[in-house]
Amino acid sequence: MHQRLLTWLTAVALAICAAPLFAQGLTLEIANGNASALPIAVIPFQWQGGGAPPDTNVSDVVTNDLNRCGQFRALPKTDIVESPARGSEIKFPTWRLLKQDYILVGRVIDAGAGEVKVEFELYTVGDQKNLLSSVIAGQRSDMRGIAHRVADAVYEKITGVRGAFDTRIAYVTAKGIGNNATYALMVADSDGYGPQQVVTSRQPLLSPAWSPDGRKLAYESFERGASAIYIQDIGTGAREVVSARKGINGAPAFSPDGRKLALSLSNGVNPDIYVMDLASHALTQITRNYAIDTEPVWSPDGSTIYFTSDRGGKPQIYQVAAGGGGESRVTFVGDQNAKATVSWDGKKIAMSQGNKNMYHIAVLDRATGSNTPISTGNFDESPSFAPNASMLMYAATEGSRDVLYAVSADGRVRQRLVLADGDVRTPAWGPYRQRGQ
Amino acid sequence: MKTLRVLLTTVAATAALAACSGKKAVKPPPPPVDNGAVTTAPAQSGPYSGPEALDKDSCLRQRVIYFDLDKTEIHSEFQAQIACHAAYLRQFPGAKVTLEGNADERGTRDYNQGLGERRGNAVSSAIAAAGASTSQLNVVSYGEEKPVCREHNEACWQKNRRVEIVYTSKQ
Repeated sequence: MHQRLLTWLTAVALAICAAPLFAQGLTLEIANGNASALPIAVIPFQWQGGGAPPDTNVSDVVTNDLNRCGQFRALPKTDIVESPARGSEIKFPTWRLLKQDYILVGRVIDAGAGEVKVEFELYTVGDQKNLLSSVIAGQRSDMRGIAHRVADAVYEKITGVRGAFDTRIAYVTAKGIGNNATYALMVADSDGYGPQQVVTSRQPLLSPAWSPDGRKLAYESFERGASAIYIQDIGTGAREVVSARKGINGAPAFSPDGRKLALSLSNGVNPDIYVMDLASHALTQITRNYAIDTEPVWSPDGSTIYFTSDRGGKPQIYQVAAGGGGESRVTFVGDQNAKATVSWDGKKIAMSQGNKNMYHIAVLDRATGSNTPISTGNFDESPSFAPNASMLMYAATEGSRDVLYAVSADGRVRQRLVLADGDVRTPAWGPYRQRGQ
Repeated sequence: MKTLRVLLTTVAATAALAACSGKKAVKPPPPPVDNGAVTTAPAQSGPYSGPEALDKDSCLRQRVIYFDLDKTEIHSEFQAQIACHAAYLRQFPGAKVTLEGNADERGTRDYNQGLGERRGNAVSSAIAAAGASTSQLNVVSYGEEKPVCREHNEACWQKNRRVEIVYTSKQ
């Protein structure tokens, strides 16, 4: 039925504006460090090739990745006194003296035709054990992606948890006020590099949400003069309006299997949670309440939807079965809780917590019930877990600008992503990357 | 036809005046303290000469209604504004307005959209109750996405908690 109303629009008209790629780039600053993290020496990788080495320094990217996740403390470059390029060249006593637990060495090899091979070896310093010897090949133009994959391999080998450095984030930028405002939906690497415009608008854009395969974004846009939800293919730019009903069409969230979309629809009266079957566009109403029910997110197994509701007077997180029924309140600490994000194992829920005048990000452990604040700002909102839940991204307001923070899951290491000119908000951390995207 | 229009405008004016004075009638007499905020004189609510009244009439030129924190109640000081726009819409059945609901920056963006819609709906109901047709009224909530002021203090937040009356068709 509704399919007739839908419009497919092509890349030509609307999508990826390749123009000044770095015009809206994010600047990255490490705000603090973690003294108890694992010490690792990341030795500069040796370039083996005829011409000039690639612009991207692999070991710098790996160092930054390991530092920002909070679980590692990479040896500062100035303390790296020797430069072994392979395991056989490592003089372990040197690194023992420098109190390192791990050492990573590697080589970047020119494979010709624009391709490179990165060979790397990870050792323990204490018992000189080779933990990992591996090769990652790829395009020279994707050196940062290759470097993130090296960091992911090291992270997984040492922690036993899959790395999530080679992932992307989506966010909205805004410039100007009133009739001069412009908005852009952006996608960048998880460390803020390589920003790409997905869509721009003179009217507000908000609430980007990733499809589980990382190929599409759902978002709310006011470009038609009223609220509507779009689903856009990031690669081709093709997009579709999936909901443009009277009132609010907001807060889209793909189900873990990618077949459904949870959303908040008001029908001009008040917002309730609905689930749309993406093949048929058929809607199922999940909540029916005079309160504001919004910001749905799925549990990783797809059985439960968490959402924000003010049915008790103030916004709190509630849960409901994904097919409807069994509604119950989840958050009890804090005057208000809103906009939940759920960890990959379903064990942790992070949200914006506080009162009307001050709020921060807190993580609720569902098993123990412990509630841990992990951010320090006064207006922190929109938390989004990395796919391995080692870090979160959230939005903060500082002075008159909106910035993003990436924070380790324990709150110890924080990194700020600032837009040179304008505001950056509503971050959404993408899924594990399926290579070839 | 002429009689009908006269009748309509009379009804509209009466409805508007009733809306203006309705609350005051049940209120006890105000204490003898000068309070500029609540002693707004009831406006002359039509009949209007035409669409130019939107630019000239002192009541019709007021198109913003402000709200308290987390609240959707319309203060009595805005009743005159509600009444004159209702009277205008009554007189010009082809006229249409969009009521743009807004919230201050505090709280999450999606939640604030819900709050902005509640405010828009409150103004829509008030204008309809004062005589406009619901087909002339459209509500769009921008939540906290369209602030008029970007500082983080109550003076600024007050300006952002608002419903703007935007004419999309004047007659």
